[in-house]
Amino acid sequence: MSGPEKSTSKEFEPHTLKMPDGFETGNTKHDWDLAAMRAKHRILAEYTYEKKKVQRGYTGRTLYVNLSTNTIEEKPVSEDMKKKFTGGKGFDLKLLWDGIKPTTRWNSEENEIVFAGGLLCGGTQYSGTGKCLAATISPSTDIVCDSNAGGYFAPYLKFSGFDALEVQGKAKEDVIIFIDGKAGKVTIETAPMEETNAHLVSEQLTHAYADEDTETARQRVAVVSAGKGAEHSYWGCLNISFYDSRRKVARLKQHGRGGLGTVFRDKKIKAIVTKVEHFNGMTNDPADPDKMAAVAIKYNKEMRDLDKSQCNMRTVGTGNIVEVMDTYDLLPTENYRFGSFPKATNLHSPNFYKRFTQVIPDGCWHGCTMACTKAVDGFTVMTGPYKGQKVTVDGPEYENTAGCANMGLWDPDWVIEWNFYCDTYGLDTISVATGIAFYMEMYEYGILNKERCAGLELIFGNSEAVLELMHRIAAGDRSEFVQVAGKGARRMKDWLIQKGWGDHELINDTGMEAKGLEFSEYVCKESLAQQGGYGLTNKGPQHDEAWLIFMDMVNNQIPTFADKAEALHYFPMWRTWFGLVGLCKLPWNDVTPLSNATADEPAKIPEHVQNYADIMSATLGKEITPANLIEMSERVYNWQRSMNIWMGRGTRTDDWIPYRAMGPVTELEFLSRNNKLWDYRYDKQLVENMGFSKEDVDKMHIKDKMKHIYDYRQDRYQKLTDAVYHRRGWTQNGIPTPEKMRELGFGDETEMLEMLQKKIEEDESAGLNVWGGNYQGDEKPPNDDVKYWKE
Amino acid sequence: MTTVKIIKFSPEKCDGGKACEEACSNVHFKSDEGGDKSALRIMEKDGSYNMSVCNMCGLCIDVCTVQALKRLKSGTVVLDKNVCVGCQACVGFCPRGVMRKASDVITPFKCIACGSCVRACPNGALELVEVDLDEVKEVVYHKQGVDE
Ligand code: SF4
Ligand code: SF4
Ligand code: SF4
Repeated sequence: MSGPEKSTSKEFEPHTLKMPDGFETGNTKHDWDLAAMRAKHRILAEYTYEKKKVQRGYTGRTLYVNLSTNTIEEKPVSEDMKKKFTGGKGFDLKLLWDGIKPTTRWNSEENEIVFAGGLLCGGTQYSGTGKCLAATISPSTDIVCDSNAGGYFAPYLKFSGFDALEVQGKAKEDVIIFIDGKAGKVTIETAPMEETNAHLVSEQLTHAYADEDTETARQRVAVVSAGKGAEHSYWGCLNISFYDSRRKVARLKQHGRGGLGTVFRDKKIKAIVTKVEHFNGMTNDPADPDKMAAVAIKYNKEMRDLDKSQCNMRTVGTGNIVEVMDTYDLLPTENYRFGSFPKATNLHSPNFYKRFTQVIPDGCWHGCTMACTKAVDGFTVMTGPYKGQKVTVDGPEYENTAGCANMGLWDPDWVIEWNFYCDTYGLDTISVATGIAFYMEMYEYGILNKERCAGLELIFGNSEAVLELMHRIAAGDRSEFVQVAGKGARRMKDWLIQKGWGDHELINDTGMEAKGLEFSEYVCKESLAQQGGYGLTNKGPQHDEAWLIFMDMVNNQIPTFADKAEALHYFPMWRTWFGLVGLCKLPWNDVTPLSNATADEPAKIPEHVQNYADIMSATLGKEITPANLIEMSERVYNWQRSMNIWMGRGTRTDDWIPYRAMGPVTELEFLSRNNKLWDYRYDKQLVENMGFSKEDVDKMHIKDKMKHIYDYRQDRYQKLTDAVYHRRGWTQNGIPTPEKMRELGFGDETEMLEMLQKKIEEDESAGLNVWGGNYQGDEKPPNDDVKYWKE
Repeated sequence: MTTVKIIKFSPEKCDGGKACEEACSNVHFKSDEGGDKSALRIMEKDGSYNMSVCNMCGLCIDVCTVQALKRLKSGTVVLDKNVCVGCQACVGFCPRGVMRKASDVITPFKCIACGSCVRACPNGALELVEVDLDEVKEVVYHKQGVDE
């Protein structure tokens, strides 16, 4: 890799606030009459249940709430369900499968939002054990979208007695679902007076529902909320609170992707509240608590000794990689046209370090010593309804800062402002950034303009216009542009094309969405494996299935199609596992143990994989191996793929990605990297990879060069798809076969198996069971037998 | 709160009898077994003895998310079992490895400077001394900073 020299920012002043004595955030205080607000609640349904202790990570039942009928009931968790779906996202999918139809859309009455932790969730010892997995039919993709978040909700749901919460139906007016784990009671209550925006409603409900006026009591309440932006767009996210007893603030973590908040507000849920009693590392009932603790202590020592010199997560959080991405030309700037930018130094982590309050253990759940959840306290809001107020802003994390780079916002204070409003309005930072970056590029080309944008000047870098657009979305602005903009990049493409504005190909190639969901914030143009990591996914282009850029592009560890396919099998399965048990992935590979230096497969971090097998064994009281973890995931992963097919998606065409993700769309983009500073990136590839002579390339017109690169990269993506489907044991159109599903243990799920069989037969008649790559010369498809999947 | 009491050890007086450990485990667990139930540990190395115990640096206070660890007016750092959630963050982060976890008990424990060990030692190898708080104080996080 080569790239321009970087200048580093200086004048760094550590932000030292005195702790723990006398810490003050300086935030604006609110004077609410909480008792009066609560007095306005009308109880619509009430359900008393028998309190039960967690046994070896499971409570053995799930909670079902229907808001149309005001029904509350519990459902047992069978041994079969545990065996096939493990928990967490697996349970989400199982409950959705039982509750919806293939024709269910995001706003259908029967659509559900399902929340689940997983069997390791709520253990306080090992780092990162507080994740909640939520899933629903997404407004953006029309299939299941799952998203994980930290905060206290999933552990508290379990401690209250439930492995999952399933919410179906729609309320007629704004409601709160209150799960009182202390009393053993669930209620649906109207909530006419409380705020909708997350930072306020979380604060109100934490105080209103805490048992007493103490920090400890408030820390035992968790709130799930969305916000006004979620009400009026497809970008809705969910906020999960975790009360910080030092800051005395209900802080927020987000289920960002796929419009969960949109569905939440469509159901007229204002919030879900849980309350628990005292708990500790025994509440999750591990069979071998000493072993749990021993593995955790070993890990915590590693964090103590190594984090500072490795990622420095404890100090700056995930923002530490902004500078790394910038250096390697991977930081998306101006709608992924470039991977680095001179002004990007403004967003490097030292600039955020100055703004973060230090000396506070910033884990989003107890016991996490990676503690990446940084926050800015006493931030003065610059625009919108809260202008002039002082607030605590959680983050910004890498994706948020990188999203701002994508929109050309280079001022850290505007990043924080934007982050604050995304969270409190319940808007997904990733979708908002990637969507708006696309609109900005369209504005630059004149495809959009001030008039078409309802008066907004959406030029790259116009932070005020970005905030104004968000305020208008949250206010329910009816202008055509704002309406379409809030539905995301896919709908914007359709709208522009329908209006006849601009070149269709340009529009489709530059809007960074796949399956209807916006890409997360990495430039993957030069990493074929990561293109697969974004495209060949269940829910859409999100890096939580696979992040292979370094392995692929920087370290060249997976050169062949087969190598890449192996990585695109192993890593999505491995990463899926975290979602089955309620864990955060960051503690897995954001600190590297010393043993990794001599490990056979360092990218897997074998010592940490073994830690996970060990804590699962210690919880369940039976021997679990690393291979078992992958088996659990393979079942759920294939089930999710099959559900996509059941809903009419999940085939090769759905795994398509826009060309901006594969290569340079515009001449500017091409030229920016095809010069001396960048070692003539594309000319070199024409010679080294595509067999042209240097003389040919020198004579070639730029349009021809771009066309050759376009064809080559499109074909490589098809070949990668062939290799990955083959490795995953799917047909050439991406369908898991009934044989494969039976092998994974789904012998009794006849409805699913028959559906898959029928789909494969239809594909056969349509001629779709053939390789997609154009194999020439020595090149061979992954298997000589086109029907390899029949075995 | 400018000073704090900590345990001082004179290795030349120690005969390895470990009466101190027994006394300590009695304070914390009403048990005479010492060893992993004692907040203070005596270790033999090359014919002489080492002692390890909390020096009240207070670093662990800042890693506890639930604020179960506090510095009392006397300067002593203590753990509130009713608030602790047993996460072991403090155990892993203690720079001296003296925040301890006993088997079968989820909550860690540490020296509370009660002096039982001092009284139990027949050789006078231990004493409780008063030191300047500023001399022992350590803080996690904010001194770490970021490299430019
Ligand atoms: S690494 Fe960060 S996100 Fe993950 S559990 Fe820890 S604090 Fe939460
Ligand atoms: S960090 Fe260790 S040495 Fe310091 S006060 Fe806590 S237990 Fe004692
Ligand atoms: S083990 Fe207890 S005292 Fe130690 S950090 Fe965790 S909650 Fe705090």
